Amino acid sequence: MQEMVALTGNEAAALAFKQIEPDVVAAYPITPQTELMHDVAGFVHDGEMRTEFITVESEHSAMSACIGAAAAGARTMTATSGQGLALMWEMLYIAASYRLPIVMANVNRALSGPINIHCDHSDSMGARDTGWIQLFCENPQEIYDSIIQAIRIAEDKRVQLPLMVCYDGFIISHTMQPLKVLDKETVQKFVGKRQPEFSLLNVEKPFSLGALDLPPYYYEHKRPQVEAMKNALDVVLAVAKEYESLSGRRYGYFEEYRTEDAELLLVGLGSFTGTAAEAVDIARNEGIRAGLLKLRLFRPLPKEALSQALKKTKAACVYDRALSFGLGGPLAHELRSVAYETGLKVPIASAIYGLGGRDITEHDIAAHIRKLWNDYKKDSIKMETEFLNLCE
Amino acid sequence: MKECRRWENEPIAGIVPEAGNSVKYETGSWRTYKPIWDEKKCNQCFRCYLFCPDMSVLLKNGKVSGIDYRYCKGCGICANECPKQAIKMVLG
Repeated sequence: MQEMVALTGNEAAALAFKQIEPDVVAAYPITPQTELMHDVAGFVHDGEMRTEFITVESEHSAMSACIGAAAAGARTMTATSGQGLALMWEMLYIAASYRLPIVMANVNRALSGPINIHCDHSDSMGARDTGWIQLFCENPQEIYDSIIQAIRIAEDKRVQLPLMVCYDGFIISHTMQPLKVLDKETVQKFVGKRQPEFSLLNVEKPFSLGALDLPPYYYEHKRPQVEAMKNALDVVLAVAKEYESLSGRRYGYFEEYRTEDAELLLVGLGSFTGTAAEAVDIARNEGIRAGLLKLRLFRPLPKEALSQALKKTKAACVYDRALSFGLGGPLAHELRSVAYETGLKVPIASAIYGLGGRDITEHDIAAHIRKLWNDYKKDSIKMETEFLNLCE
Repeated sequence: MKECRRWENEPIAGIVPEAGNSVKYETGSWRTYKPIWDEKKCNQCFRCYLFCPDMSVLLKNGKVSGIDYRYCKGCGICANECPKQAIKMVLG
């Protein structure tokens, strides 16, 4: 029996942390950290969570402490946001290359400068090549469910990689929505006990982690990370299936909305997709065959499945809440790369929106769909990056 | 070309799964300046032995007996610490 509760995104994440009850949490309240860690610290203080909560002096140290704890064999979690993730950057690579299954909630926020603490995806996009698995969530329900699944994905023997659960700052992190939650016992049974492949605390089996690795073998030690990412594709689905049997909620690489006969496919991440679904409805009422693909798993990128989804449509537009300067929208370019790799000729437009928390409504998106539809009808989908809701 | 161990057979995360194997890596090749120990000036205070970061000061029957050039990186800490100037750093 699942309880129905009303929680903000941060509270839903904190509840997942509490029910998982990891051995160690290390965190630092950089601006912008969020209430997520305040709540977790409160649970530990009140004895509701038997977790070693390590307060450190920076986000760089938070990730360093997590690396140490995870290497010692502890189930380790943390959370950050925006600038905090940027400060962790050096250690993110180290966590992934040491194959430590740290699970982190990342509340997506813009990076300075100019200084801004509102939602965009620049922070986690900046970390896309660090070797972390990245899941994006649309609402508190997905946050709660994804954090619980994240433990199993990250710790799976075939994976052993850190995992970032991303959700939109303020729009989801601070907004209350109803969700169904499991009881702690069920969650505990689902996540089980961490069985580390190696532990620095095991004096029976001494080894060195993080040794200098020069040209003769560094390359051979990076290559297995590619394999682990590939394995994560299977594990994400296997864990989702098992979780579905507990919760009744289905998860995969992505979720499709009204795509059966769609000729124009919208692709996006996070809270945008809820709004975009409304816009698809508006467009459908006007006879526009639009559909939506909400990407959940961004790293590893499920190329095959995405290609199958793109194959069904005639044109697509990818909405990015981040910019790769000198290139354009990061997700748009990855989708174009997927299309090219798999021999698809589908034109993929690229739109940037919402940087630094700039709002985007269903009407803004519907207006853009109308424009795309006109272009599509004239067989002239534009390839240049567009900037939505920019004063110009 | 080095002996090639395939990446699939390498230990996870590039860990070094055995303890005490740094002796296999002879760091003496890094050296630019070489410490020359003068037995006559040495008063056997062991400062060089204590400060050497690579355990490259050799002992024989409880006394300093020379430098282990297989591992000495030529950092010069021993020469700097020696109160009797019994260790000189020379090029080569």
